[in-house]
Amino acid sequence: MTSLLRVSNLRVAFGKPPVQKEIVHGVSFDIPAGQTLAIVGESGSGKSVTALSVNRLVDYGGGRITSGEILYTRADGSVLDLVTAPETTLEKIRGAEISMIFQEPMTSLNPVLTIGTQVEEAFRLHRGLTGAQARKAAKDALDRVRISDAERRLSYCPHQFSGGMLQRVMIAIALACNPRLLIADEPTTALDVTVQAQIMALLAELKRETGMGMIFITHDLGLVAGIADQVLVMQGGEAVEQGPLDAVLDNPQHPYTRHLLSAVPHFTSGRSVRTDHDRSAAAGKPVPALNVQDLVVRFPMRGGFLKPSPGAVHAVDGVDFDLMPGETLAVVGESGCGKSTTARAILGLVQPTRGTLAVHGKDGTAGHVVQMVFQNPYASLNPRLSIESILAEPVTAAGHRVDAAVRQRMAMLLDRVGLPQDSLKRYPHEFSGGQRQRLCIARALMLNPSVVVLDEAVSALDVSVQAKVLELLIDLQREFGLSYLFVSHDMAVVERIAHRVAVLYAGQVVEIGRAADVLGTPRHSYTRRLIDAVPHIDRRRLDYALDTRQVPSLVRPRGFEPSPVAWVSHGPDHLSRTEA
Amino acid sequence: MSLVRALLRHPSGRIGGCIILLFLLAALLGQLGLTPHDPLQQMRLDRLKPPSLTHVMGTDLFGRDVASRVMLAIGQSFIVGFLAVGIAATLGTVLGLTAAWFGRLWDGVVMRSMDVLLAFPAILLALLIIAVAGPGTWTSVTAIAIVYTPIFTRVVRGPALSIKTREFVDAARTFGSSRRYILTRHLMLNLVAPLTVQVTLALAWSLLTEAGLSFLGLGTQPPAASLGLMLADARNLMEMAPWLLIFPGLTIMIGILGFNLTGDALRDILDPKTRRAMA
Amino acid sequence: MNYLTRRLLTFPLVMFGVSVLVFVAIRLVPGDAITAMLGTEAGLLTPEQKAALASYFGLDQSWWVQYARWIAGVFSGDLGLSVTYGKPVLDVILDRFPLTLQLALMAMVIALGTGLPLGVFAATRNGKAADLGVRILAMIGQSTPSFVVGLLLIYFLSVGFGVLPAMGQFVPLWQDPLTNLGQMILPAITLGFAFTASVTRISRSAMLDVLSDDYVRTARAKGAPARRVIWRHALPNALIPVVTLSGVEFGYLLGGAVLVEQIYALPGLGRLVLEAILQRDYALVQGTVLFIAFNFLLVNLLVDLAYVALDPRIRLGGN
Repeated sequence: MTSLLRVSNLRVAFGKPPVQKEIVHGVSFDIPAGQTLAIVGESGSGKSVTALSVNRLVDYGGGRITSGEILYTRADGSVLDLVTAPETTLEKIRGAEISMIFQEPMTSLNPVLTIGTQVEEAFRLHRGLTGAQARKAAKDALDRVRISDAERRLSYCPHQFSGGMLQRVMIAIALACNPRLLIADEPTTALDVTVQAQIMALLAELKRETGMGMIFITHDLGLVAGIADQVLVMQGGEAVEQGPLDAVLDNPQHPYTRHLLSAVPHFTSGRSVRTDHDRSAAAGKPVPALNVQDLVVRFPMRGGFLKPSPGAVHAVDGVDFDLMPGETLAVVGESGCGKSTTARAILGLVQPTRGTLAVHGKDGTAGHVVQMVFQNPYASLNPRLSIESILAEPVTAAGHRVDAAVRQRMAMLLDRVGLPQDSLKRYPHEFSGGQRQRLCIARALMLNPSVVVLDEAVSALDVSVQAKVLELLIDLQREFGLSYLFVSHDMAVVERIAHRVAVLYAGQVVEIGRAADVLGTPRHSYTRRLIDAVPHIDRRRLDYALDTRQVPSLVRPRGFEPSPVAWVSHGPDHLSRTEA
Repeated sequence: MSLVRALLRHPSGRIGGCIILLFLLAALLGQLGLTPHDPLQQMRLDRLKPPSLTHVMGTDLFGRDVASRVMLAIGQSFIVGFLAVGIAATLGTVLGLTAAWFGRLWDGVVMRSMDVLLAFPAILLALLIIAVAGPGTWTSVTAIAIVYTPIFTRVVRGPALSIKTREFVDAARTFGSSRRYILTRHLMLNLVAPLTVQVTLALAWSLLTEAGLSFLGLGTQPPAASLGLMLADARNLMEMAPWLLIFPGLTIMIGILGFNLTGDALRDILDPKTRRAMA
Repeated sequence: MNYLTRRLLTFPLVMFGVSVLVFVAIRLVPGDAITAMLGTEAGLLTPEQKAALASYFGLDQSWWVQYARWIAGVFSGDLGLSVTYGKPVLDVILDRFPLTLQLALMAMVIALGTGLPLGVFAATRNGKAADLGVRILAMIGQSTPSFVVGLLLIYFLSVGFGVLPAMGQFVPLWQDPLTNLGQMILPAITLGFAFTASVTRISRSAMLDVLSDDYVRTARAKGAPARRVIWRHALPNALIPVVTLSGVEFGYLLGGAVLVEQIYALPGLGRLVLEAILQRDYALVQGTVLFIAFNFLLVNLLVDLAYVALDPRIRLGGN
């Protein structure tokens, strides 16, 4: 079999010699024509640097290939070492023979140029097309990635598109000249899960159509299962394991691969949910730790000059649920579904338009019984305060003195979340993302709350760190009898921690019930679509079906009220909203 | 004092810091009367002497020692500069912080007022104030302070608005932290960095403006020494006595350079975004 | 409400604030208004004559009536009478304005014409000797006040080359362009000196920022040659902060003209302000300051329009 790309003993370093730092330590791999190699690793594993070395874009990021070969077989059969190729040759190859798509579609397109200009450029550069011809080619390229109304959209600028659409534009640009190799660097990480499925479907289909080879970089083994032929696992700049897809996934050899497969949350359709809480087992009718009824949050839109307001954004539109002591309710949904707004409304960070909240049967959320942990561990700790001041803040805010008992609690919680005692005198920048999130959890527990709202609390963490923080959360829940409202977009994570799941769509709960039921046998069409889109280790070499539905608008005219809810019951504690 | 250490490690911070220290020393000696000669004493026999060992920067038309007058003038510039920038920074911080925090009407009132002040080219606004209040040291202080207040207001308001939406402020609200605590510990502490940079750059600018106003005869009034006045006097004598032009001119330039270099270094150290560009 | 409408609406609002400020400032001058208006000649008047004059000028009315009268005059082009020139203030201003405008524009052309290429050049040589050289020069340039630059230029040209800058009677551009440019080139360099340095610094750092942006990487991945990446993809984005700076700096140029015109003895608007202040010709001070502020605001409005042209995110509104 002819090899398309053969990389041997690749070493890449950053910085100038006295302080040079090697990031990739001798990686080798081989991609036969038309095959897909997945490079899997966490942040700092060197997977992106490896990929950027292939088309030598790494040169522009301050990196340098210090040794090794990257042998690329051109269409005419000649072999070229990309490591030593001159820049002029590389310019002819980039975009024409080797293309690339990136993680952040929102920032990867030039904000001041139209989409048309940017798509046309590929044809101008490599096919010598100009004027109407280039424009026609650009329109065809957009058609090819299933962008409807392509003609008109050529004159749009990037900020007028959603993230998923922009990633499709990126793919259109990358595939414009039918490259022989596509490098996809975490192309779906920044996207919602259903949009991710659309992009994956598109890539799979275009790959079939053109027979190109692909390097697919990701941290998500579930995605790998769906698209790769070969897998390369990277850790700390080294290739720790590589081989055919099934061999690596079913019979991993290296401990790190085994760790990625077993310790990291993977979605299993509700088969690995927690079973340590059963609300039907409770005697009598217990009082919910948190009860939310008819929560509505609307943001009125500002009218124009002398124009009336066109209506309001219905971010949360009539949400009800209750949360029992010791229980985890996961609120899941995609961006813009209102899940974070729900969390923020419960904590009083946004003013609800209406709705009632009751904690342990009492109205309101006063009394510090409800606390919150935020998504971004880098933004949720004030960088200028010591950990001691940070942990003391909820206490002083509640009007208490920082006395011996409080200090003792700080020490106990630090110990409990697995941080050293000398942390108190240190500052947030001395801690890693996972450690900071542990600090945030400790801070939330300072006042001994009974309900903790976790807003995407593990989403910003690396996958193996995620697993550890989830374990910690479960331990703390048992120890302190906490109730969690766990807001997340990540079904694999939700499956690990939730007892019950509520699915939010366009500001409304469309399905709610026991985690095993909702994740295993979803009833509402949206839940089904959502769950089908979640990558799954056991779903190999998927023929993703292409689905280009867009998220509905949440803007409603003035005076709009949603129609009253009608629920369908699918067994004890499993409801779904009736669909029109 | 990790900031001082970081400053000394930064190449332009080292140079800038040394210049500022040197100028501070010269100004202090000048104010304490420890100059090589009496800066005000007129020596008829020593008129327009070129630089020599006794008069390192030469003497002026009245036989006064230029070096001693330069030292005195630096002190004058610093007094005006520090006072004016101090006032502007305080006012600007209060206005910018409250505008960002309270938003709505107050924000509108403050920021539109600042827009009005910013609608005048800086020197022109200073001149307008001098036209009303008459020239003098205190008018210079007031004028520079008023000119710089809107700049500080903007420098504080922008970051304050973005810090206000950071998650640690949200967290503080969920704890029920007092407004005072949030404003002082969460907002102010995080504004120290941009303020420090701006104060340093504002000092550079105030040296320039003080000298400029004095050069026009609308700042410090004779017989007090000012770099601007010295330059104005040197204008008609430059061919005969170029040292009268060159030494005060270089002094202003190096002084401003010192603050600009330090300000730049501080920005590099305190702002992670530029740190990337340095790498 | 879109960006442009908002900008167009704040313009009159800020201009109103400016006019109030100028009006009130002049009323704050110590002493009575007639003395303020006539300067030393007021001493020749009897109290009755003063009162008659005050009544004639409406000075016995309340402040807001006086303001209303004044602003109504401003709208019909009547900025009052200059005591020193014995002419309407607007005529005096319009006599002097072309010189200052020409000076500021020339300084701007010099600054953008040299600063922008230098900044882009330095950014593409980031960290190398050429970059360091440009940065040091720009730092020194930014730290040298215009009056020092001007005096040193005159000194070195006259002593070093025996060339004296043409300081004779000023010749307007349309009468004799060559003589005019000969007279104006040194003042323009002096005025634009520090501005050139800031343009260099800003365009260098903006370019560096932009060059590390994701879409530049995309352009490279597409196979765009280095030159095209810089000029077609990076520069339009890097221009945005340079345009902002240019708007603000134009004000500094109008203000800086005061010093430069003084050094080169040019009869421009800047020198007029200075004379008016020294002569205590308050109508003239008031009129000139208002005129300059108006122009500055106008330029800033133009800069915002340029923004709109440069950045589709503003032109088309965010989503």
